[in-house]
Amino acid sequence: MRSALPPSNSPIPASIRGDIVTTTSFIRAVIAVLFFAFSGPAFAQGTDPRPLFNQLADANFNEAEKLVGEIATTGDPRVVPALNAFSEGDLYFRKSDKAVFAAKPVGLQLELIDPVTGESAGQVAKGAVTKVKVNNNLRRAIRAALGGLTLMSPDRGARLSAADAILRSPSAETLELVETALAKETDAEVKARMEEARAVSLLSSDRSVEDKRAAIETIANLGGREAMRIFSTISSSIDESLKPDVDKAIAKIQGQLQLWDLAQNVWYGMSLGSVLLLAAIGLAITFGVMGIINMAHGEMVMLGAYSTFMVQEVIRDNAPGLFDWSLAIALPVAFLVTGLVGFVIERGVIRFLYGRPLETLLATWGVSLILQQAIRTIFGPTNQEVGNPSWMSGSFPLGGMTITYNRMWIIVFSLTIFFALLFVMKKTAYGLNMRAVTQNRRMASSMGIRTPWVDALTFALGSGIAGIAGVALSQIDNVSPNLGQSYIIDSFMVVVFGGVGNLWGTLVGALSLGILNKFLEPSVGAVLGKILVLVLIILFIQKRPRGLFALKGRAVEA
Amino acid sequence: MNFRTKLGGALLAAALSTTAFHGAFAADDTIKIGVLHSLSGTMAISETTLKDAMLMMVEEQNKKGGVLGKKLEAVVVDPASDWPLFAEKARQLISQDKVAAVFGCWTSSSRKSVLPVFEELNSILFYPVQYEGEESSRNIFYTGAAPNQQAIPAVDYLANTEGVERWVLAGTDYVYPQTTNKILKAYLMSKGVKEEDIMINYTPFGHSDWQTIVSDIKKFGSAGKKTAVVSTINGDANVPFYKELGNQGIKAEDIPVVAFSVGEEELAGLDTTPLVGHLAAWNYFQSVDAEVNAEFIKTWHAFTKNDKRVTNDPMEAAYIGFNAWVKAVEAAGTTDTDAVLDSIIGVSVPNLSGGTSTVMPNHHITKPVLIGEIQADGQFEVVQETAAVVGDEWSDYLPDSKDLISDWRKPMSCGNFNVATGKCGGKGS
Repeated sequence: MRSALPPSNSPIPASIRGDIVTTTSFIRAVIAVLFFAFSGPAFAQGTDPRPLFNQLADANFNEAEKLVGEIATTGDPRVVPALNAFSEGDLYFRKSDKAVFAAKPVGLQLELIDPVTGESAGQVAKGAVTKVKVNNNLRRAIRAALGGLTLMSPDRGARLSAADAILRSPSAETLELVETALAKETDAEVKARMEEARAVSLLSSDRSVEDKRAAIETIANLGGREAMRIFSTISSSIDESLKPDVDKAIAKIQGQLQLWDLAQNVWYGMSLGSVLLLAAIGLAITFGVMGIINMAHGEMVMLGAYSTFMVQEVIRDNAPGLFDWSLAIALPVAFLVTGLVGFVIERGVIRFLYGRPLETLLATWGVSLILQQAIRTIFGPTNQEVGNPSWMSGSFPLGGMTITYNRMWIIVFSLTIFFALLFVMKKTAYGLNMRAVTQNRRMASSMGIRTPWVDALTFALGSGIAGIAGVALSQIDNVSPNLGQSYIIDSFMVVVFGGVGNLWGTLVGALSLGILNKFLEPSVGAVLGKILVLVLIILFIQKRPRGLFALKGRAVEA
Repeated sequence: MNFRTKLGGALLAAALSTTAFHGAFAADDTIKIGVLHSLSGTMAISETTLKDAMLMMVEEQNKKGGVLGKKLEAVVVDPASDWPLFAEKARQLISQDKVAAVFGCWTSSSRKSVLPVFEELNSILFYPVQYEGEESSRNIFYTGAAPNQQAIPAVDYLANTEGVERWVLAGTDYVYPQTTNKILKAYLMSKGVKEEDIMINYTPFGHSDWQTIVSDIKKFGSAGKKTAVVSTINGDANVPFYKELGNQGIKAEDIPVVAFSVGEEELAGLDTTPLVGHLAAWNYFQSVDAEVNAEFIKTWHAFTKNDKRVTNDPMEAAYIGFNAWVKAVEAAGTTDTDAVLDSIIGVSVPNLSGGTSTVMPNHHITKPVLIGEIQADGQFEVVQETAAVVGDEWSDYLPDSKDLISDWRKPMSCGNFNVATGKCGGKGS
């Protein structure tokens, strides 16, 4: 990785660079020894790693880094779990005799595990042991050491991550080790990764120019940021005759990356748009369809998020196995809770204020402050932890893009809600009543529809949907009493831009604002981007006061 | 389920704060101090804890017999995260409630808003939060970190220990991150970092969609040089930022993030497993292994009746400020502002990391700088601790302020003495 430290104009003071170079070359030496340990005809058993582990008790970070190298040099594959434990901060030493153990919690006690044999060494109280500290440098050293140790592990996953580790910190010395492992490898995916690791290591070795040219080809095919990183690292130290090949490969990758960047921007835009859609869709009913300027809409989202928190708390205490289902359970709970609150607000406050938009605005704003402070008093002002279920965490690569699971599911989720709502509005009797009441209240009333009841239910539906949105937003944002405030302006913006009273307008409005925002952001920054979007909306509303999809007909004038 | 205990705790807290509000009748045998922290609005998330901490310290002091033989009484007001309201409430505390000193404010905007009030009415404010520097008032004591007590040591740690050569300075768009980043950029460039190796990025308050920025950081970090992010991202925006980092798989071993506004309190709403190894620089961590800290945490848990409440750096700063004030009042024998301003300079009190902090003539204090790595349990582990550092009010790295010093001892008594011209009065207040 640092084999190609830039020459003397490096910004790091020379003394420090010295340190880095020594550690790097040191790791290389370790790996070289490792290679011999593996490739020797008989398994060349080095020294016993146990005393090395014990020395960790008194070591500072630099000494510990050397010790990790020495432990790896023993070539003893039994140390792998203990090194893993070390990197996760689960290595302790006993205060009485400074013996080092891996440990895992058992109730209030810690079970000590011998770092070499893996046998249990009994349980002790937490106070009887001290943690062996680990920092980022040590974790890197451990990763490199593990890469060498696990390259020929029987576990497929371990081999894959070993190849990854070498790919990230390659050196000439690992080359033969990788080639040995490669010759024995049968799994196609691991093999491909090892090929890449081999190519990267080869570039910093003294192999022939032809070999290196082939290696550049392999890395260029790997593509993406990873290849760019490798090329920019080696470009300063590579042989002159290979420079054109590297430049060609870089140009090719850059071309691909530009395309992927475009796709990535569209994806980010859709993702932002889906969040806007989620936030706005409840408001599209209470404000869009019913015409109530509902400033408490954000607080409904917040209540939905807190319902998720409560559901997760109950699950954590009573049925931890159900945690992955917590969001599914939270959905109906949030819908009912916020729907009920919405119902009470409509019956208690809003129904007395129909036709008086200014008073409605002030009253609902007051309600929003009351709800916020109530939550603050009950749960405290600090953020509450809402966990991500396993299927909402992490990401997967799609070509040159990184797609995070939580964003992907939120897009799916918001579209599902949108179409479900559209179905309710267009295809059910209740939806028909609702549309009838909002289009012509008096005529609907004379047809026998109980208009006050429909009003209350519609407001409850809008609030309930805001609550469902809160369940999803709890996965990407803070769950704090202020959650709603950050979404209220965006929600109104989307509904007004899309066209009041039109669900499709809300969908198109949300997505186009999201994508516009994400295309502006890389070039002008997040702050200016947001301002530009607002300015554009103001200009747009000047031109088309009724938004993208204006309702036509008599209902508009009412 | 702990809903009930929470509700109970909340009711209790409400009861406590109402007694504090209305307990202002016995005036002669008590000394009143003001607590000026937002209990509602966006900043309540951070400031409520400091209000609780102040009430706890007042209670503890009264158990020890109070100050000058009189009981202390905290007057709590709620400026509601509204900057002009801070000035109004400060005026009310000083003129109506006649408090001897005020402990409060969090954001720089609120401090700037109350500063003229304290100077006009000649009272004392203890400001407990890390800030951007470039200020020194006769009536304010800055017990949080100045940039040289937090930002610069953190950058040094990354450059020296982790070999970082490329820097992303990411912050929320307001005065603290902008000034800090200006100082950091000047500092890095003075160390030979090239302009193209520094990327500065600002986001609005409460920014929640970090996808583009995190992928920009990834892009910036794939240039073959070791890259780190220096984050002055404020408050609420941190949780989605760290979530996105975790989800996009940026590990601390590859691109470490060092934050100046993320403490135990901010991590409380977050699963920190994917974040292990990212860093923060403060003058105190809850995990600090010192007897005085263990005692403080025990008292805090007993006072809040919640053994999960975390402690954090601004609480330590409030603790130092409070104890320094108590000591200065006892030395002066009075709570009179001018006498206390004279007696407090040079006062040393224990800090929670096991050393002592001294109030310096520039109204800043000395304290050690700790660099900590985030652990899976939401706590920090100290990986480096410096000796005590004196807070530097006027940064040496900004052209406007490098000639300025502050010394409130007589005969100089000046917050912005220009050593180049030999005159009091330069840029700033």
